[in-house]
Amino acid sequence: MSEMWTAQLRKKWQKNLPIEKLLPDDQPAYVASWIYVFGVLTLSALAIIIASGIVLAFEGPAWYHYSSVGKFVNSTHFWSVQLFFVFMVIHLWGKFWMAAWRGNRMATWMTGAVAFVASIATAFTGYLVQTNFDSQWISFEAKDGFNSVGVGAWFTVTNLGQMLLLHVAFLPLILGVITVVHVLMVRKRGVVPPIDADATNTEVRS
Amino acid sequence: MSKAEKEIFDAAPWHGKTKQYDFIKEGVIAVVVVALIVTFFSFLMGSPDDKPLTFKGWAVSNSDNFYATTVQELAGTSGTATYGAPYNKNGQGLNIGPLWLQRWAGVTRPIDTVNDFVIAPLSTQVMSTDIANAVSTWNAAPVSQQKTWATSYDDAITKVEGKISAVATGAYGPVPALAQGLTDMAKAGALDAALLSQGGFFQTDNTKQILFFGDGSYLDDAGTAANLQGGTWGMMNETGRYPGQAWLWLYSFWYQIPPFTNENSKPIGANADAYIMAIMGVMSLGLILIPIIPGIKTLPMRIPIHRGIWSEYYKSQGIKRSKRR
Ligand code: HEM
Repeated sequence: MSEMWTAQLRKKWQKNLPIEKLLPDDQPAYVASWIYVFGVLTLSALAIIIASGIVLAFEGPAWYHYSSVGKFVNSTHFWSVQLFFVFMVIHLWGKFWMAAWRGNRMATWMTGAVAFVASIATAFTGYLVQTNFDSQWISFEAKDGFNSVGVGAWFTVTNLGQMLLLHVAFLPLILGVITVVHVLMVRKRGVVPPIDADATNTEVRS
Repeated sequence: MSKAEKEIFDAAPWHGKTKQYDFIKEGVIAVVVVALIVTFFSFLMGSPDDKPLTFKGWAVSNSDNFYATTVQELAGTSGTATYGAPYNKNGQGLNIGPLWLQRWAGVTRPIDTVNDFVIAPLSTQVMSTDIANAVSTWNAAPVSQQKTWATSYDDAITKVEGKISAVATGAYGPVPALAQGLTDMAKAGALDAALLSQGGFFQTDNTKQILFFGDGSYLDDAGTAANLQGGTWGMMNETGRYPGQAWLWLYSFWYQIPPFTNENSKPIGANADAYIMAIMGVMSLGLILIPIIPGIKTLPMRIPIHRGIWSEYYKSQGIKRSKRR
């Protein structure tokens, strides 16, 4: 019997990611380390990046050069990016040493790693749209790398309009979507058990 | 437990001990803490914002260099004029072995340094008779004649190491007048906009300005002064006392070691940009694929950092020696 697509989707969703999995109020007892906080910290920094970025977008790229409020908002954007990377790199190393791709969690690792690469691209275009000396310098220097492998034929780092659009629209969208998928995957599969956990451990039996 | 059984165990929902965990509270606290740290740094440090350089600044502070660069643009000897794809066909571009990706991608952002950088900007101005005459003489001359004038002047300038007042007289045609005209225009502050506005009212592409800028020494000197040169980890730096893109350290790293540091070593040094891009592409793919790379995917099992991370668990279970390697 063929079921409605809508019903199929709903059932699959309910099976894989019921609200109890999406927003549980308990976790396995082994989830007890500071390292678990870094995913959430990365997420928090990203939220602040997006919020400050939206304010900057409404005022335009030149705003922070002459307005002190603009300068402050720009500073929050700048520092949240710095923190974002610090948190993300610690998170990455943590997940590496936990071998957190075990138990069918490979896609979680991979989406995380893609998020890392996408973040670098997003930050890079951000440096290019500062419209200051640094962006002049970076665009002149960076063009050679992209040109040398043919990418520069379309990804033109010296084109402010193109970089601005990529930085405020396309790249954040990609990064946002990857991040959401990443976090939902973690919720769906649950937090990976310790490397030496198995069914014989008392904690498991109890 | 065999490897396969362990994999199934790890994938299965956890049936062992659990504890209360408040995600929403954790998230809210995290956002507040991060916001506080960000606010602290923003008030304390602000953010970098060194004013952009201008052609006016260049022509005023080092007019000989600007002038000589203009002559190079006319003679076709500047960095941009000899670049190749994606700007023109005057260079082969870099290659990785048989892969000439740069050339294959084609000329997608055409730049003709003579017209785009010199003649067209001059023509947007109300010119003095000298310069108006120089422009029409240049335009009326055959390309070979233009080349001869500009090249001999370019050579003469090189001979006296860029000191324009010391250049010997010669058959340079309208080239000195054109170079002087553009220098004056730049000094007046009119060149930045003239380079940008070619082609119409709305403009969002700064390629011509940036490339012309890079052909001289002004931008390069400023980069050196700000400690931003690629050969000295500049990619990771910002202007002033701010952190830059520190996450580019691995990309930057390759530029610090041979053969990438030696522009003359073939094939790699001479094509460093392309090779480093390729290396970083492969390494990024490697990061994504770590869970399936033999030797690396088992590293966390062999180096017991996980005992620290899950120390409570290991203690409560009395696990002394790891069974998984
Ligand atoms: C945009 C950047 C990222 C955000 C916002 C993010 C967020 C999160 C969050 C909130 C969690 C769950 C809590 C935790 O265990 O910390 C998590 C788990 C995870 N992250 Fe990320 N992450 C990001 C980047 C990365 C990167 C770069 C990697 C590695 C390449 C990665 C690999 C993982 C893995 C494997 C898990 C699952 C852990 C488990 O099951 O125990 N993430 N991430």
